[in-house]
Amino acid sequence: MPTVSMTVNGKAVSADVEPRTLLVQYLRENLRLTGTHVGCDTSQCGACVVHVNGKSVKSCTVLAVQTEGADVTTIEGLATNSELHPMQEAFRENHGLQCGFCTPGMVMSAIDLVQNNTNPSEQDIREWLEGNICRCTGYHNIVKSIEAGAKAMQG
Amino acid sequence: MSETGIGARVKRVEDFRFLTGKGNYTDDINRPDQTYAYILRSPHAHAKINRIDTGAAKSAPGVVAVFTGADVEEVGGLPCGWQIHSKDGSPMAEPKHPLMVADKVRHVGDQVAIVIAETYDQAKDAAGLIEVDYEELPAVVSMPEATGGNSSLVHDDVTNNVCYDWELGDKAAVDAAFDKAAKVTTIDLTNQRMIANAMEPRAAVGEYNAATGEYTLYTTSQNPHVIRLLMGAFVLGIPEHKLRVVAPDVGGGFGSKIFHYAEEALVTWASGQIKRPIKWTAERSESFMSDAQGRDHVTHAELAMDDQGNFLALRVSTLANMGAYLSTFASSVPTYLYATLLAGVYTTPVIYAEVKAVFTNTVPVDAYRGAGRPECTYLLERLVDKAARETGIDRAEIRRKNMIQADQFPYQTPVALQYDVGNYPACFDSALKASDYDGFTQRKVQSEANGKLRGIGISTYIEACGIAPSAVAGALGARAGLYESAQVRVHPTGSVTVFTGTHSHGQGHETTFSQIISEAFGVPIENVEISHGDTDKVQFGMGTYGSRSLAVGGSAIAKACDKIIVKATKIAAHMLEASEADIEFKDGKFTVAGTDKELGFGDVALQAYVPHNYPIEELEPGLDENAFYDPLNFSYPSGCHICEVEVDPDTGVVEVAKFTAVDDVGRVINPMIVEGQVHGGVAQGIGQALLETAVYDDDGQLLTGSYMDYTMPRADDVPSYTVGQQSVMGASNPLEVKGVGEVGAIGSPPAVINAVLNALEPLGVQDIAMPATPRKVWQAIQGAQVAQAAE
Repeated sequence: MPTVSMTVNGKAVSADVEPRTLLVQYLRENLRLTGTHVGCDTSQCGACVVHVNGKSVKSCTVLAVQTEGADVTTIEGLATNSELHPMQEAFRENHGLQCGFCTPGMVMSAIDLVQNNTNPSEQDIREWLEGNICRCTGYHNIVKSIEAGAKAMQG
Repeated sequence: MSETGIGARVKRVEDFRFLTGKGNYTDDINRPDQTYAYILRSPHAHAKINRIDTGAAKSAPGVVAVFTGADVEEVGGLPCGWQIHSKDGSPMAEPKHPLMVADKVRHVGDQVAIVIAETYDQAKDAAGLIEVDYEELPAVVSMPEATGGNSSLVHDDVTNNVCYDWELGDKAAVDAAFDKAAKVTTIDLTNQRMIANAMEPRAAVGEYNAATGEYTLYTTSQNPHVIRLLMGAFVLGIPEHKLRVVAPDVGGGFGSKIFHYAEEALVTWASGQIKRPIKWTAERSESFMSDAQGRDHVTHAELAMDDQGNFLALRVSTLANMGAYLSTFASSVPTYLYATLLAGVYTTPVIYAEVKAVFTNTVPVDAYRGAGRPECTYLLERLVDKAARETGIDRAEIRRKNMIQADQFPYQTPVALQYDVGNYPACFDSALKASDYDGFTQRKVQSEANGKLRGIGISTYIEACGIAPSAVAGALGARAGLYESAQVRVHPTGSVTVFTGTHSHGQGHETTFSQIISEAFGVPIENVEISHGDTDKVQFGMGTYGSRSLAVGGSAIAKACDKIIVKATKIAAHMLEASEADIEFKDGKFTVAGTDKELGFGDVALQAYVPHNYPIEELEPGLDENAFYDPLNFSYPSGCHICEVEVDPDTGVVEVAKFTAVDDVGRVINPMIVEGQVHGGVAQGIGQALLETAVYDDDGQLLTGSYMDYTMPRADDVPSYTVGQQSVMGASNPLEVKGVGEVGAIGSPPAVINAVLNALEPLGVQDIAMPATPRKVWQAIQGAQVAQAAE
């Protein structure tokens, strides 16, 4: 079994994994970082979005071995101590989540949007979220959350 | 109103854990020495199993055990919780729903074998080595064909594949009214099959403790006590005291996680066989072929009117697809949750409905958000719109003139229900105003200038929720009581834990229920914990569905709070050396009327547990009360939804330009959460109207078996919504609430389709089926143009 080494949430980690191990499996099963979720098997739902070297990636569509040497951030790595990241706080303030299952992927995806577009319009946000499905919120409050989070990230 | 009491827009207390990745969903749970299960499922819709060879699988790397249908033949089948009787008095057909099939498979996805191994990948690999000799049989897919007399049979002993042939209402009176009608409008509709698609796939972890003989099941359920009852008593024969069911954080349900599923029983049973914990988690493609699906009605309906457009009678005939087996509440959905609502908000004096439930070689169908009520509302509101077109009466006007008036409550409908309170005209007018209905013409002109056809659609709805008065449900065939329970435990220092039998999987109960406590005891919300989802912690419960959590579960909490206050008042009277009648409790303080003597809630709680100065001869120590609440009637949320669409005539693409929902949900505990519930429901309704459908081919293959094929609403498919309330306080429970979980999904589909048809009316399009995809809209436009050219 190949050995894979990477940095996850600032911590160096290494393990022997089967070559077919997906990044999301590695995160959830080896590292027990269960905040990253699996909602589908066709790379559609976005519940598994994490950041690899600062960019949002669907961790169900990447092999763990492909992220050798990479810097990975998951939802667990966003808050510092008990202080939420501005995007997390915006979701809380704007009721941008209900069951919470799609939420980690939504937040990780939203942060990457704002990294690319500091002042996204409602349409920008709705189009950006094409790879993230939510069944609870009807997206209304997710869009509001991301608008607020984008502002807060600039502040 | 206190800052965290009833009516306050409190931020959710559950959000911190979800936002930081600390939620605890079933698949996040890992037990010591755990194994993993893969379920081998049928690739055929209908086939005889001649032979299964599991030899190679059993000796594959990592495999612990392989079981097939033959191993569970002695185990019970999955039960149905509601018995319906046919017109002739005979009980519905209830063929066995086995955990794994031994004789023949009846739908794509039917369970054939379970492989248990050290890792999931090993279990899945080994399942590929199982050889099943299938002998394919003709599949039964279409309902009219299934009941036609020449069809193959899903269950050999169920004639014509008919589960039941049920009726409601006075047929003779309806026939007589039709004879006298000046105008009859008829409609034929399909309410297509939907797939709930909660974002968290189902999962289950079974664990057997050989030392105690106890089983534990962790599962993605909306109602763990119901699962314990059904699985323990009817399937596996495990008594309640030896069976614990835990539903931890659950990632959405929408009905699909009410039901008792085979995988739950399989991992529990098999954990006893192998004496190790077993985890099973569905892949999404498995969810598509094993989660109970929703809707799937084919209906013919007729509305009789006088020459002024007053409704005289309604006659409805529906075929309802049950799929291959009866799921837990399947039989109740197209009957008592559907036909009993056919009066809607209208004064139609006589109504008759007949419903034939049909078995087919498809995935079982059961409740999906709204369950029966969306099907009813879609039928009524499409029919009313068509009646308006045919009579030339304005669509708003025909609704208004047939609407039950505010002074007619309680209102007895001709289909069994008695509406308690409401004000439908007020809601209707409020929605017309909020949507700027009068300004539509101007917006239409603007759209036309952009080459788009604009349409506006109205829908009103009523729903019966707060399910349910047990005696009424029982008389109608329910095999369970539908009360709810609560335990309110005040701790020695005045903090509070509430144990509720309902279950939160997105609804925010931890916040809303805490607000009820905050209001009742005057304690800050931080001092309240809501515990749910564990049969070892919570005394009993019927769970969350049918918009019942607050109306029934919240009312049980309110009742337990009342008991706490009664007892605490006695303790306070003793401590304050006053008569009980002189004690007042307000904002967390006990005072003696007319004096400045007072005690805090926490002081009294402490005395209850440290009873040094205590009326011990009349009162037990402690401050911990149980309450069971069984409602006297359903609650009846209602509302009016108005949708505006823009249709691109060249491509058939429909864009929802504006959506307004004004609902009467009774008292609102947390407006933020109520709005969120409506948003989500409306998105699911827009999904049904424009995007989503489960498609089976003639062989029973599910063609929409992944998110690549089944169109889930995404952020750019829906607009921002205008949501408001025009509420009359509920009359059927002490909290005066009505329920909000389903209203969005009930009211919205006909509003969208009526808007599409309104947009296409100038082109001569008269009908369109859900989902109104670009292809269907484009074809309808082309078809109408060809027809017009031919005239």
